[in-house]
Amino acid sequence: MSAATLDSRRLGNGVFQVDFGGNWTVGAALPDLSAALREMGSSEQIGGVRVSATKLGAWDSRFLAQLTHIIDHGRQQGIEVDTTGLPGHVQELLRLAYAVPERAGARRGESRTPLLAQFGANFLALLDDSRAFVEFVGLGTLSVGRLLTGRARFRRVDLLQIVQECGAMALPIVSLISLLVGLILAFVGAVQLQMFGAQIYIASLVGLGMAREMGALMTAIIVAGRTGAAFAAQLGTMNVNQEIDAFKVMGVSTFDFLVLPRMLALITMMPILCLYAILMGIVGGAIVAVSFFDISLMEYLNETQRVVRLRHFIIGLGKGAMFGVLIAIAGCLRGLQCGQSAAAVGSAATSAVVTSIVLIVVSDALVTLVLNRLHL
Amino acid sequence: MTLERADAGADEVIRVQDLTMAFGSFVIQRGLSFTVRRGEIFIVMGASGSGKSTLLRHMIGLQRPAQGEVLYGATSLWRANPAKRERLLRRTGVLFQSGALWSSMTLAENVSLPLGEFTRLNTREIREIASLKLALVGLAGFEDYYPSEISGGMQKRAGLARAMALDPEILFFDEPSAGLDPISAKLLDDLILSLRDSLGATVIVVTHELASIFEIGDNSIFLDPEMKTMTASGAPKRLLAESDDPALLNFLTRGNAAGRQRAAGGATRLA
Repeated sequence: MSAATLDSRRLGNGVFQVDFGGNWTVGAALPDLSAALREMGSSEQIGGVRVSATKLGAWDSRFLAQLTHIIDHGRQQGIEVDTTGLPGHVQELLRLAYAVPERAGARRGESRTPLLAQFGANFLALLDDSRAFVEFVGLGTLSVGRLLTGRARFRRVDLLQIVQECGAMALPIVSLISLLVGLILAFVGAVQLQMFGAQIYIASLVGLGMAREMGALMTAIIVAGRTGAAFAAQLGTMNVNQEIDAFKVMGVSTFDFLVLPRMLALITMMPILCLYAILMGIVGGAIVAVSFFDISLMEYLNETQRVVRLRHFIIGLGKGAMFGVLIAIAGCLRGLQCGQSAAAVGSAATSAVVTSIVLIVVSDALVTLVLNRLHL
Repeated sequence: MTLERADAGADEVIRVQDLTMAFGSFVIQRGLSFTVRRGEIFIVMGASGSGKSTLLRHMIGLQRPAQGEVLYGATSLWRANPAKRERLLRRTGVLFQSGALWSSMTLAENVSLPLGEFTRLNTREIREIASLKLALVGLAGFEDYYPSEISGGMQKRAGLARAMALDPEILFFDEPSAGLDPISAKLLDDLILSLRDSLGATVIVVTHELASIFEIGDNSIFLDPEMKTMTASGAPKRLLAESDDPALLNFLTRGNAAGRQRAAGGATRLA
């Protein structure tokens, strides 16, 4: 295998000759082209450039790339580059490469947007996003109206399937997470309460915490990750596949047909999942209290029953239903907004989860604040 | 309104008037005006990226024109209120490029859905009609298959069965032969011809498949991506024989404008 050589010299008639020899391939070590390019640039008396390849061995695209480098450089200087000394195949490929001139304006400049403009653009995008959200809530309300008057059309099978998917199938993960959250709450509280010999209040801490807050919150976050993302990915893929367009052209309301069953499924399943999560949390607390802090199971349950009232459950389950609506809206909205590529489906799913979690936590904070003011 | 109607003419199904299509400030095509007449097969042809499919989206109510009108009979599609637009579009059927079958439903359910939505037939009758439509496109027996279980060509035919579910007066085809082997493409062309003849439907086909263009096209327009407008309209064979626009001739002869005579001869033989 012969090493690549580059021989550039000025001929008597003012022509600058560049001669390639040896192997010019992807794997080879190549001589530096910049000296030759510099010489082409520096001397104005050059009458032309001739590239030849008298002793050229193997070559591939890398050789062509080096050649185009010389040709482009020559064109910039206004020097004609004569390629007739190259092998026929190389000339043919170069002809192809230069056959279609670069389309004016096609090249993407490295435009740098000023920081302020970026900030403005982001803010406008946020405004658009909020408007889309409000519009979507409006469409949802109209759709529920149609549902109540019996005019909304969707397939019962779809509803049942979604109910199963977001309800029953979520039980294992909800069990695990809420049991552990109950356990954690109990441990965190117990360390403090033990100092006052008030371990029995572990029961009320866990009971109230789960019923009012953590049951709904943890369930919502699980469902946002499982179901919200799935909604966005499903609808997004349908969008990419023109299935949504097919609905629109048929005059079938995509909202009634796709969004409504998902919303209904989450509104009905979330409170049930929450109730289950609360129960599992209390069981988790009980495990800790009984095995580490000398409280009998009966004492624990009595204390729980004394403190946790029906209204606490209602608050928790109400929050659960609210979170369900938010997750359905975020998931479906992001899915329907999805762009036309596989990457867009991925970001729709991500965005659905992020949006859901933000909505969940913000609305939870608001509701908690209001309930606190109302002394509920 | 009455004036418009008189002007419209009895056999005029769709009229596009001075349509400009744009994404934001980026204009794709401007100044498109043409008429589709009842019972004809109308071809929208042009190179890739010339805006053919976008024009289709404008005609079926999926994308709002930047300027201009799409008239169904005498009614403007885009100035009508949503309910009215929906009624206009219910006279149409669309075969999307990828078939766009609803992937969570079987073929029979795909075809049945519009029937269930817009007719008062009972389940058994709907199922019978769905089976009939599937049989018409050569998919008898595939009622309970899901779209992912059949080939691309079959998906396209199933999409056609769904587009025909409500016996539309106007059928739109977006690149019907894209991704099909020559035999399947030919079969689909034959299917389009026989549907037009037997159902009396008006057919609008977006395509760049020369064989199809010459075989089935009664009338056509050519969208030029450089000029950003339509540069020709008329029967494809006549355009090939008479036009002297190099871009159009290059398109119609696969870049071999000198071979016009031969291609025209071929076209006549096809006819």
